Amino acid sequence: MRAWAIFCLVSWAAAFLSWPKAAHAGSAEPAARGELTWGGDLQGGEPYVYESPTEPGVIIGFEVDIAQALAKELGLRAKFQQNDWSNLIPSLERGDFDIILNGLEDTPARRARLRLSRPYFVYGETLAVRRGTTLQNLNDLAGRRVGTLNQTVAEELLRAHHAEVTLYEGQQEPYLDLAHGRVDAVLLDHVIADRYGCSLPELSCVPRDLARGSYVIGLRPRDTELAERIDRALGTLIERGELRRILEHWKLWDARQEELGARATAATRAPELAVSGAGVKRSLGAGQIALFFQGALLTVLISVCAFGLALPLGVLLAVVRSHAGPAARFVATAYVEVLRGTPVLLQLYVLYYGLSSFVRLGPITAAILGLGLNYAAYEAEVHRGALAALPRGQAEAASALGLSRLQALRHVLLPQSFRIALPALTNDFVALLKDSSLVSVITVVELTKRMTIVAVEARDWVVPGLLCAGLYFAMSFPLSRLSLWLERRYQSA
Amino acid sequence: MIRISGLCKAFGSAPVLGGVDAEVAAGKIVALLGASGSGKSTLLRCLNGLETFDAGSLEVAGFSLRPGAHDPRLLQALRAKVGMVFQDFQLFSHLSVLDNVTLAPRVAQGVPRARAEAHARELLAQVGLEGRAHAQPRELSGGQKQRVAIARALAQGVSVLLLDEPTSALDPELREEVREVLRRVARGAEKSASSQISASSQASASPGLTILLVTHEHALANELADEIWTLDAGRIVSVRHTGLSAR
Repeated sequence: MRAWAIFCLVSWAAAFLSWPKAAHAGSAEPAARGELTWGGDLQGGEPYVYESPTEPGVIIGFEVDIAQALAKELGLRAKFQQNDWSNLIPSLERGDFDIILNGLEDTPARRARLRLSRPYFVYGETLAVRRGTTLQNLNDLAGRRVGTLNQTVAEELLRAHHAEVTLYEGQQEPYLDLAHGRVDAVLLDHVIADRYGCSLPELSCVPRDLARGSYVIGLRPRDTELAERIDRALGTLIERGELRRILEHWKLWDARQEELGARATAATRAPELAVSGAGVKRSLGAGQIALFFQGALLTVLISVCAFGLALPLGVLLAVVRSHAGPAARFVATAYVEVLRGTPVLLQLYVLYYGLSSFVRLGPITAAILGLGLNYAAYEAEVHRGALAALPRGQAEAASALGLSRLQALRHVLLPQSFRIALPALTNDFVALLKDSSLVSVITVVELTKRMTIVAVEARDWVVPGLLCAGLYFAMSFPLSRLSLWLERRYQSA
Repeated sequence: MIRISGLCKAFGSAPVLGGVDAEVAAGKIVALLGASGSGKSTLLRCLNGLETFDAGSLEVAGFSLRPGAHDPRLLQALRAKVGMVFQDFQLFSHLSVLDNVTLAPRVAQGVPRARAEAHARELLAQVGLEGRAHAQPRELSGGQKQRVAIARALAQGVSVLLLDEPTSALDPELREEVREVLRRVARGAEKSASSQISASSQASASPGLTILLVTHEHALANELADEIWTLDAGRIVSVRHTGLSAR
């Protein structure tokens, strides 16, 4: 007990002491600090910002080179700050870094929220399809399942053209799913399409841009002076041909980039990529609240089905571990240790992407299966413990009555161990309810994912966060009451 | 009914039974006395296969048991004929009194519920608990629990009843009610085929219940048993006929 108390104290102290290290870059002017911190997501991958495959820990990419050139121009050091891509804007706003430099597209919504620099790159929206399909342009995509990344111009274009949008977290996954037939097309920037999609043998890319846009640097609106200096510095890099050299080095220079100079003034006018409905955002409307409930419903569906799988499988594993022969026991033990000892996130990835050339699971099926198989390992331990907690004499009495092992389990041992396990089961189900948010990595938009999408759109984390928390609580609280009621009923029955 | 030949058993390197030879005729009642650790309970538990043994052989209720692991199906068949009552009752806490008694007939024998319940009610009446059929075990006193356990052990129409210190977990004032039930069961055994138990059971043709009672209560042994075996260090050191056997 005392050891635990000391352990807790030490970890709190460590957490407290490490706190100041996460100091906000925005707390002082870049000039005063001598560095320009720029936010991006390494998961965005090649060729933007990524870890060097040959030198672990070293980050490279065309945006790294641009950031360094830019900082040098400003007389500063460039410092990279890792940040989840979909939260780059809120992190900029709360002051985690000075600028966003990570494939940030120029859109009216962002323009309304941030101060955007002049473009440093021009991209084309590229449509990838499976070979032999006839999809050619945006109008062909109505009602089709089309993959893209969250919060991109491509997403808005697709929604405006009534496609059924599937959102991904990484660049490779949409093309894998396209190759496997889970989506009908993928619309993304040509940089991503060229690297990850068009080269796959199953796929072909429509050889023209369905739309064109530019990557810009995002700043806080109040940092006008820094913004002007960055615009000037970018202009210098373009004029001197340095930007061209960087892009050529990364094999990114093409005819599109000729527009860079012309787009120099774009900072002051609306981009041509304006999409209807993509205007300045937006308070939380009834439609979004309906989407929240839809997300909550999906969360419940996935959790209930996953637990419906985990519970019987867990009981089976527990029974095998406590009653079967050594070989079966070894298999069950290995199952429990492997599934419990590796992250469920990894398991979801393996199930959905890793195995997709053998079994093609739909995202919701994969989510249920992944969570269910993972939780089965935990349920197995709960039930094994509960079975072990029964008095030894109970099994003996059952077998002395002539019941077979199976009959004893079914009629004597499991009904009793289930009651012992009930509080732990409830606990696990509530945990599963919340862990189900992990399935957003395999394109399922459940409650938490819906919350982050809405929060980023509405620039508000408080209301969507509270709504999301409220919904989770509304789902888990009745469950705890139900479990308490069951416990009492068992005691008084 | 029961034949024990050269029965040997050790737990690890510690011998518990060192060559037991004995016989019990059908319908007889035998009490096993002896100090703790003398092997009484182990001997009893060998008779229904709860323990395996190392050497010798057993014949119980028409079944033969050999040293080493037993065939599960043989054991199930044997246990349908050999009931056991434990010192600490071991009622199934999630089942009502009635369900405790009917579980084995219904599940192991496939007796229809209505018939199993009718028989169970007769047995509960016999142990004086006809009014508690729907009670939960935790609502019962220790004495009542043991009486339910006795009814449960008899429910399949057994021909052998093994009682492992049925009164020693009870407070002295609760022992008498269990003794009384044991007397009734013993008298039922005496009355052979016409007894209430056998008549209402599947095995109505049996010549009566054979009972082995492990106990520390000498008075109870004297009152009920035809023979009293005294065990010491894993052997039967004396066999005494009580005179009741003349009945």
